[in-house]
Amino acid sequence: MTEGLPLLKVERLCKSFGDHQVLKNIDLAIAAGEVTCIIGPSGSGKSTLLRCLNYLEVPDSGAVYLNGEPIGVRWRGDKLYQMSFNELAVQRRRMGMVFQGFHLFPHKTALENVIEGPVVVKGENKADAVHRARALLDKVGLADRADYYPHHLSGGQQQRVAIARSLAMQPELMLFDEPTSALDPELVGEVLAVMRKLAEEGMTMAVVTHEMGFAREVCSHVVFMDEGMIVEEGAPASVLGRPQHARTQAFLARLQ
Amino acid sequence: MPTKRPDIHAVRPIPVRRPTTWIGGLILLILVAAFVRLLVTNENLQWKVVALYLFNPEILTGMGRTLLLTFLAMIFGLAIGVVLAIMRLSQNPVFRAASWGWIWFFRGVPPLVQLVFWYNLALLIPTVTVGIPFGPLLWSGSTNLLITPFSAAILGLSFTESAYAAEMIRGGIQAIGIGQTEAAATLGMTRLQILRRIVLPQALKILIPPIGNDTISMLKFTSLVSVLALPDLLYSAQMIYSRTYQTIPLLIVATIWYLVLSTTLTFVEHYIETRVYGRATSPLAALVGSFKSWFRLRAFQP
Repeated sequence: MTEGLPLLKVERLCKSFGDHQVLKNIDLAIAAGEVTCIIGPSGSGKSTLLRCLNYLEVPDSGAVYLNGEPIGVRWRGDKLYQMSFNELAVQRRRMGMVFQGFHLFPHKTALENVIEGPVVVKGENKADAVHRARALLDKVGLADRADYYPHHLSGGQQQRVAIARSLAMQPELMLFDEPTSALDPELVGEVLAVMRKLAEEGMTMAVVTHEMGFAREVCSHVVFMDEGMIVEEGAPASVLGRPQHARTQAFLARLQ
Repeated sequence: MPTKRPDIHAVRPIPVRRPTTWIGGLILLILVAAFVRLLVTNENLQWKVVALYLFNPEILTGMGRTLLLTFLAMIFGLAIGVVLAIMRLSQNPVFRAASWGWIWFFRGVPPLVQLVFWYNLALLIPTVTVGIPFGPLLWSGSTNLLITPFSAAILGLSFTESAYAAEMIRGGIQAIGIGQTEAAATLGMTRLQILRRIVLPQALKILIPPIGNDTISMLKFTSLVSVLALPDLLYSAQMIYSRTYQTIPLLIVATIWYLVLSTTLTFVEHYIETRVYGRATSPLAALVGSFKSWFRLRAFQP
């Protein structure tokens, strides 16, 4: 990593769906090893922002840099070109993503889900990939569920397999899009515990979440978004503890 | 007025009476009896002739050809259909238009017309050449040598099937949620990898019942090739009765074999379905399951 440069940088990012402007000039920087939580009311644009980071949504304008390299576009001389899907795929390998709806591959077992990326995308030797995948499943506490198909796993277990599947690609950065929002309340803890462990190991993470406890305890940086803008950001103690902005105060008060 | 009733917990309610079952059953019984009487007493059916020709080598060879045509047309049709479906869903407007045009044409022209047309292709294009357009010639041959009744039949049947299969497969692909594609994309998979490893396996699993259905349709569609004098099951029967004038018995021979084949295919399809959808643990259980799922009809209960 280039010294002094944030791992991920977002500059003047804008995105509209039809007439509705979802992101208005977003600027954001995430340093390596930092856990950034993005919070805010529904429709504030936080999921869209996360999806713009790996170009699942293509921004209308603005730029995203990973280690100083622009995402989704490429300079050739003094001309800027849009990347093709397959060029973009090479960049996407560097960012893992975990979805609200898990999206495990239903026709593959937990283990097959985890080795899919390394074997198919990186061309890793299958035996090595299986070996690493078992270690990852063990890490998320599912060593004994390796041969289960997703529909035989609980939501919490599926999400933990999804985390292992992303980690198998050895990403530089992990994106979490409301990872616990689709879970029954009693299953939220097991997923957050895995994420907490990842954070302790120094993984750089961007987490869109409604779990204020997680934001307070695990995050190093909290971003509060409303109506497509970053209203307030900083250390959790200040944003969640002593919010400066009226909209942040109102949002946090509603959660109580 | 009420006599002494038994305890409500001690008796089972008498089921709702269904008189329509009995009335309908009676009418059906009379019709079936009349039909059986026709089969037994009408001498024009000539059951002895039916029995004589049922295992005739000419008929059996024709049946083999019918099966071969069915499977080749389905394999080519599905292969082209997958490509068409992918083109139809492509971001490339040229691919989309080309696929739309193919489907429009081959779904619009009756297969019988196509068969005759392909067979007479030599009238339109007397020689087939392979080469670089407006460039050097690599190979050249007479169309009449390439277009036999068999190849004309395969072309006509598989192109028709490809148009229907394309729309069916497109539906299957679209039934797979966008989340699957997104999850695969975030792993860094290319378009082709996502299609081949994630989307198509799931789509084809959904498509097993309609593919089975199309195969049974194709089995019957192959009888059209008799217009090309291609000795399939029907044409073999026709060749025999044109010599012996035993039209009805030989048509019955063909009917029996078509029913045997389509029934067999039905069971094969249900067998695969039961296996793939994981409801059975052993081949035997799958076979039993396929019998059950074939006969079982769920009553409409509003």
